[in-house]
Amino acid sequence: MEEPLNLVLFSGTDDKLNAAAVLTAGAAALGRPVNVFLQYWALEAFRSDRIEADHGLAPEAGVAGREAVDALRAAGQASWAETLRQAKELGGVDIEACSLSMDLLHLEPGDLDPLVDGVEGVTAFYLAAGGGPVVFI
Amino acid sequence: MLETPSTPAITRTIDARGSFCPGPLMELIRAIRESQVGDVIAVWSSDRGSKIDIPRWIEKAGHRLVALETRDGYDEIVVEKLR
Repeated sequence: MEEPLNLVLFSGTDDKLNAAAVLTAGAAALGRPVNVFLQYWALEAFRSDRIEADHGLAPEAGVAGREAVDALRAAGQASWAETLRQAKELGGVDIEACSLSMDLLHLEPGDLDPLVDGVEGVTAFYLAAGGGPVVFI
Repeated sequence: MLETPSTPAITRTIDARGSFCPGPLMELIRAIRESQVGDVIAVWSSDRGSKIDIPRWIEKAGHRLVALETRDGYDEIVVEKLR
């Protein structure tokens, strides 16, 4: 069985989350398992009351980057949350919240969007990761 | 435009124009899952990555690329479900 792709999402801005969602969807399209581990500000972006909100962009985007991202969205680009939903429909995508970040942000499982499958610690994440690459975004 | 007599009839067409990478591939995979072996699915995409990615996905997934044609502002990629 192919080793999974393992994405640790730390940043909570829409551009980085979108990049992560596209990487997830591409791997899922090839039938490769994907484990997504949500930490810090990425986890906060998955709160069910905020997931569709504007989460800003990475500082390097600047004004021109903001305009480019807005233009693509206006042209019909799917949100990162929608891309992740599509990826999960394909199967093999597991999204887990980091338990430490849950404590940090005072979150309960019920506060999170249904895209999130559960809460686990870093050891469980590494065990699921097996020998596959770990990518930090 | 290429018209070959061996081109099978298209069972279903997915209009994914206006959808960005990897949207057209996502829509194609969903359609293939809903289809029967032997069905022929055409996907229309205006996304630049899809005409490269979709044929490679078709090969990896074990289906057959029937045609890839560039039309007015979009690509038509035709695939036969083999498995």
